[in-house]
Amino acid sequence: MNPILDILVTGAGPAGIAAAVTAAECGLRAGVVDDNPASGGQIWRSGAHLPAGARRWKARFDAAAVVRFQGWRVIDCPEPGVVRAQRNDAEVASDPAAEDRIDLHYRQLILATGARERFLPFPGWTLPNVMGAGGLDAMVRGGLPIAGKRVVVAGTGPLLLAVATHLAARGAEIVAICEQASLAQMAPLMFQVLRRPGKLWQGASFRWITRKSRCLTRCWPVAAQGDQRLRSVTLQRDRKQWTVDCDYLACGFHLVPSTELAALLGCRLENGFVATDELMQTSAPGIWCAGEPSGIGGVELSLLEGQIAALAAAGKTGAARRLAAQRRGALPFVRALESACRLNPQLRDLARDETIVCRCEDVPLKALRDRTGWRDARLHTRCGMGPCQGRICGGAAEFLFGWHAGSIRPPLFPALVSCFSGPDAALDPATHREAP
Amino acid sequence: MTGVWDVVVIGAGIVGAACARTCAASGLRTAVIDATGIGAGATAAGMGHIVVMDDSPAQLALTRWSQELWRELAAELPREVEFECRGTLWVATGEDEMKEVRRRQPVYASAGVPAEILDSRALAEAEPQLRKGLAGALLVPSDAVLYPPAAAAYLMHEAIRMGAQMLSPQRVVAAGQGRVRLRDGSELSAKRIVNACGTGATDLLPGLPIRRRRGHLVITDRYPGFVRHQLVELGYLKSAHSIASDSTAFNVQPRQTGQLLIGSSREFGAEDTSINHALLRAMVQRAASYLPAIGRLQAIRVWTGFRAATPDKLPLIGPWPGDESLCLATGHEGLGITTSLATGKLIAAEILGEKPGIPAEPYFPARFLGENHSAPVQTLCGEAAHG
Repeated sequence: MNPILDILVTGAGPAGIAAAVTAAECGLRAGVVDDNPASGGQIWRSGAHLPAGARRWKARFDAAAVVRFQGWRVIDCPEPGVVRAQRNDAEVASDPAAEDRIDLHYRQLILATGARERFLPFPGWTLPNVMGAGGLDAMVRGGLPIAGKRVVVAGTGPLLLAVATHLAARGAEIVAICEQASLAQMAPLMFQVLRRPGKLWQGASFRWITRKSRCLTRCWPVAAQGDQRLRSVTLQRDRKQWTVDCDYLACGFHLVPSTELAALLGCRLENGFVATDELMQTSAPGIWCAGEPSGIGGVELSLLEGQIAALAAAGKTGAARRLAAQRRGALPFVRALESACRLNPQLRDLARDETIVCRCEDVPLKALRDRTGWRDARLHTRCGMGPCQGRICGGAAEFLFGWHAGSIRPPLFPALVSCFSGPDAALDPATHREAP
Repeated sequence: MTGVWDVVVIGAGIVGAACARTCAASGLRTAVIDATGIGAGATAAGMGHIVVMDDSPAQLALTRWSQELWRELAAELPREVEFECRGTLWVATGEDEMKEVRRRQPVYASAGVPAEILDSRALAEAEPQLRKGLAGALLVPSDAVLYPPAAAAYLMHEAIRMGAQMLSPQRVVAAGQGRVRLRDGSELSAKRIVNACGTGATDLLPGLPIRRRRGHLVITDRYPGFVRHQLVELGYLKSAHSIASDSTAFNVQPRQTGQLLIGSSREFGAEDTSINHALLRAMVQRAASYLPAIGRLQAIRVWTGFRAATPDKLPLIGPWPGDESLCLATGHEGLGITTSLATGKLIAAEILGEKPGIPAEPYFPARFLGENHSAPVQTLCGEAAHG
């Protein structure tokens, strides 16, 4: 058995890094488990091009005495105080002799599992080169050549502008940035941004870099065309429709919190988010939550919440309360962001009868129309029953039909059958430190 | 919902749906009530193995007849039911189990079920993924697999096509003496009421000898051709029907999608749907001891469900003594998918006063009652009635 960690953090994005660093600096034995080989989560994935704040946190993370399990994906919690993780696919395939799984023992757990993009089905959304905005961004960071490529960025939320900016900086031609919300809907968010110089400066610089691109509100893609790959996208604004040629459609309709592990652990959810108190404690004793799963609020708030959770878990309640007061000040931004990203009901009409909603099991929209709920749909159409376990279609079904995901079943991600049997992998945590 | 129904079936699992279908086909005015929807209980949790079992003559008669009914129905089943005549391989590990194979083969044959004895080499050819050195197997080619929720939906839609009505979601709070009361306070009158609520049957009849027996299943990603038949260890009967304790057995099913279902486990006393990791571990290890490569396949999901178990391993099908209006169709344990069709036939015959295809008495609920047929029964008035 591995030594018991005082605090285990699941996720090494900004919230997880802040939590782990804070816990370690409190003198606790802290560990982080994350499915990526490198720390940083979706937003701080790549070391280059990171803002100074991110570089400082990552440097503190590298200096802290945190036991790291990078490249391990949490798949189950077989008993109280234990999280089971499986080595991520690529490594399993390349080295069949390697241990597949590890059981991590903890006294307290901080969930920093982040969020993923929401996809909405429309005709052509399953074509190659139609991808998530964050997904394309990550691929470009991973080396996908984008210079000279024509990209339409569409959906909703501040991520669109951030992605467009990064792609433009890498030489992409941003054909259009289409935001589904109206200016009026975004006004409260802009008001909040105006009060926050950091965000204002960031937003302004993003827009400056993408100044040559059309930026349209109340605008969304209604169809993507192509055969082997994407050729063009039909956009709609008010009653007008037009078609633009492009190589990529980067499409994301804001974020869906990743709450599966929280649900499996029995933490109470509220409106799709993990319910916490002011000090980020969930309804389950000894389990805390930080970052997007407790409310979509961006990097700054995630950092704050990671610190609050770790301080509170470490028993430093006074310090945690001081930061909690700071967090309260950020909550109007969270609410403004939420209302700015509320999806226009017209987006429900984008998908046609034949449009695939569940890509794993090829379930078209028409098969779902008469179902009474998510479970009924799962049983009778297999929607959400494939390897992604509803992570992609679940967010769409929630918007299209108002269905909420039902009970969560292990494994949280597809895992080797042997992960449920065999002896515990006796691994020395020291050998699982990320190479500096 | 006015007037008197000929039959009100409570429960739209595969058993209730099969009862509704045969009743509606006989021209009876039929209603079906379910608290959630079609096939959402044990029907959704099980494997969907159409299998002949010979634990007792009554079990053999019921499963054999049912298997035949499924094969007759096969041609009209829609594609999504995924009915496939895979056949069952009862795998024998050693010579002692081969003796059992040789004993069972004529039992099946005399019941009109073709069964073939495979030796070690023939078994290895039939299923190359099985570990080397197994003694052989009994092959029952007429056994089949299907996707239970879709099968239940098909039976229910057939019932509706023939005039049955479905009320769902509606929860029944009391049933008896020709009346069925719903939670919203409304009431239905029925000449006959069929309690087909699976493990929930005891909510309406607290005295019933039914216990919830939890099981685990694992489903994998798609590996077409990994195994070809439903594979069950010959010791399955022993472990499946040892009423006393928790048990696991090797039982793997190839789905039409290429996915594999890995089972099985049985435990009493578990009240929630959580996963018993110790039992799951034993179950997976058992599967890997027969199929060594199975550990390297990707599992997508593990779940649990509850079987409605009776003390003598036979279902409760037929009239409930003490209430002329009431029939039971429950207690099918792990054989509900297989025996649903025969259950429907038995219930329709009972209601119509006809002679069924097999003797119905072995399944009568009366077998569990004392001489005076007394058992506490929840009536509409909430009192205990005595027959």
